[in-house]
Amino acid sequence: MLRELALAGGLAVGTGAGGWLVFSREPVRHDPVVARTLKDFRVAADPHYPVLAVVRGQRVEAMVREAVEKLGGMSRFIAKGDTVLLKPNIGWDRQPQQAANTNPEVVAALVRLCREAGAKRVQVSDFSLNDPPRCFQRSGIEQAAREAGGQVILPGQNDFVLTRMDGQMLKEWPVVRFLHEADKVINIPVAKHHSLSGCTLAMKNWYGMIGGRRNQLHQDIHTSIADLASAMRPTLTVMDATRVLKRNGPTGGNPDDVSEENTLVAGLDEVAIDSWSLRFFDLQPTQVPYLALGHARGLGTPDWRSLNVVESQIG
Amino acid sequence: MRALRRLYAAFFLGLFLLFLWLSDFKRLQGYAVDLFLQADPLTALAGWLTSGTLYQGMAWALVILLPTFFFGRFFCSWICPLGILNQFTGWLWSGLRPSEHYTLNAYRPSFRLKYYLLAILLILAAGGALQTGLLDPIALVTRSFIAGLFPAANAVGLPVYLQAPLFQGGVVLALLFIALIVANRILPRFWCRVICPLGALLGVAALVSPFRIRRNVAACTGCKKCLEFCQGGCDPHDRLRVSECHLCFNCLEQCPEGALRYGMVAEGDSVHRSLDLDKRRLLETVVAVAVFHPMANAALSSHAAAMPGVIRPPGSLPEADFLARCIKCAQCMRVCPTNVLQPALLEGGLNGLWTPVLINHRGYCEHHCVLCGQVCPTGAIRAISVAEKLGSPPHAKPVKLGTAFFDQGRCLPWAMHTPCIVCEEVCPTSPKAIWYKKVELPGRNGQPVALKQPYVDPGLCIGCGICENKCPVTDMAAIRVTSVGETRSSANQMLLKNGVPSR
Ligand code: SF4
Ligand code: SF4
Ligand code: SF4
Repeated sequence: MLRELALAGGLAVGTGAGGWLVFSREPVRHDPVVARTLKDFRVAADPHYPVLAVVRGQRVEAMVREAVEKLGGMSRFIAKGDTVLLKPNIGWDRQPQQAANTNPEVVAALVRLCREAGAKRVQVSDFSLNDPPRCFQRSGIEQAAREAGGQVILPGQNDFVLTRMDGQMLKEWPVVRFLHEADKVINIPVAKHHSLSGCTLAMKNWYGMIGGRRNQLHQDIHTSIADLASAMRPTLTVMDATRVLKRNGPTGGNPDDVSEENTLVAGLDEVAIDSWSLRFFDLQPTQVPYLALGHARGLGTPDWRSLNVVESQIG
Repeated sequence: MRALRRLYAAFFLGLFLLFLWLSDFKRLQGYAVDLFLQADPLTALAGWLTSGTLYQGMAWALVILLPTFFFGRFFCSWICPLGILNQFTGWLWSGLRPSEHYTLNAYRPSFRLKYYLLAILLILAAGGALQTGLLDPIALVTRSFIAGLFPAANAVGLPVYLQAPLFQGGVVLALLFIALIVANRILPRFWCRVICPLGALLGVAALVSPFRIRRNVAACTGCKKCLEFCQGGCDPHDRLRVSECHLCFNCLEQCPEGALRYGMVAEGDSVHRSLDLDKRRLLETVVAVAVFHPMANAALSSHAAAMPGVIRPPGSLPEADFLARCIKCAQCMRVCPTNVLQPALLEGGLNGLWTPVLINHRGYCEHHCVLCGQVCPTGAIRAISVAEKLGSPPHAKPVKLGTAFFDQGRCLPWAMHTPCIVCEEVCPTSPKAIWYKKVELPGRNGQPVALKQPYVDPGLCIGCGICENKCPVTDMAAIRVTSVGETRSSANQMLLKNGVPSR
């Protein structure tokens, strides 16, 4: 009898205590998700060097070297032992000559430059719109980057972390975790036509670092682009305009839409780089609202004419 | 003999898994990953009945069938991945009730069921309906691995894929597979003995085999030791049922008297039993199917009329021919990079159960991809080139899977005066099949809103579905593809310039 009573009593107390422990006014228990904040990857401005370096030529590797040299050399940007993330556009299952993705030679050249500057690790990543393994392979970037000594990463389902963007539209958004893990970041966009934003250049290239339903951002594309560009401040930007997709962007697919421009634009001011590149699409900075937004937020200046721009032509 | 068989079994099971692993854009480099499916005599026979040809690699089936006439059902214990899995799991559980083995391994009348099932499937095939894939072991095990086990790997955290594939109704396929494996606990090799129509076909072929297990009557003491380890349930201790024998050769090694051997007939051998079938039951089955089949055909289904949701992979045959060739093996679903290929439920009628359809809500057809046609063992999806798919020279037109339509009641610029045109951005054709009109409309507060309202150009749309997949109206997209206009059909057309519909 005593044993039964003790048992019943014990069970009752245990149940009561358990109930008290798990009681909550919320219907579902959630771990508080802590959003991380992105680093600012920029290096200090230096008036000795131009803000934009424009290089025209045929030999891509030499052009990349020349552009970086004009800006002060890779050692200005990369310290020994750095982990560097390169962000080319690898959005589409297209081949290099279709100009929907960044030219693989530009990527390879930058991988080599970073390695020569003593980077410990050079990662190349992008979050593709088409099937990632196909995009990486058929764009030629996977092979080119690997052969140059880079580490190619295809972001998977679990490679995104919630990040504070503090933008007007984007408050918190999932961002590829390699961006958080890198010491330095180099943006390598390709100049392309895009019918909603007019063109897709450096600032819009940051779409490739975010997950979630990024399509929804099209509903206010200019604010979103400005938000992204304010949250992600790269160490260096090298715009690939060796081939420019003039129509039917950003996917392209038709060689007739591609024009050989043999140009690279490098620098630290994304707004200026994008504004300079508008010439390929016969657009004025006033026709592209995100440039003005970027200017207003202090990301850079659309008026590249007022800046120190050096242009060079090599072989 | 037994060690040798195990070696072969491990080799073929490994090969089967290797082929499944290789079925992927990066790894698929001209390997014959569909070899098992092609070498399947039941698929070959039924496919020949429905379509009149033995398509390409399916001639490999002769390599299995012809030797069976001489040597018996060697396929079942030595090559068949499902047979090997059954045998292995049966062995795992065999320790549970050792005393029962004599009863468990004795022949039972229920073993006849597989012959009736074979008859049903062959009669259906003769009437043009290819349903062998439902019960054919190779198709079944391939499908179960692809739609059940492989996705499960990601679900439990093994990063086999970047993006875990999901298959509609995959849980049914997984449950069926688990059930038939667990059935080995109740009756060893339950599937092989009772259900397998391929085993039945090989059993019939084995009836004439001159090489078989022979028992020397004089040497045999009737101890039944052979029965304890018999895989087929074929009564080696008595008058052997040749059609049931899986050639596992366990009995040979078990016999303490050495009374059993494999070979041609010799003096003193026991006689063998022929097929155990109830002729009346067989006749009933035949009649029932012969009646049911036309009734089923008289019901509305995708081969009677085009169905909006029956969008087939690029290179697919016209629907009637497609159904006459597809064995529901899911190989195409394994290689599809975007997971758009899904096992059909009843979208196209009962006939099309588990055949591949594109569900754009899940994926889309990748512009430069033609993988599904490369792995389809039966030619239900022809192996087309990228050039043929894209319509680049010398091909006049791209392969069209269907046509996209705007739902103007859901599309953001149309219904909600909100800028969007993601669909235009992702459209892979050049020029783009989606175009837009620039309009300025008054918003709710009277302020003008500048918008781009999109349209589909039906002549340019190839029905790839990426617009539907990427549309931000995520639960049911504001642009959706239906099958109309598909290249493979002359009837399912809406535009005069695509050719006058002939039916
Ligand atoms: S269409 Fe797909 S499921 Fe059907 S036979 Fe071909 S590969 Fe197998
Ligand atoms: S061609 Fe289309 S349907 Fe076929 S595997 Fe490739 S993406 Fe999937
Ligand atoms: S993506 Fe969807 S909502 Fe946006 S324009 Fe196209 S159909 Fe309309």
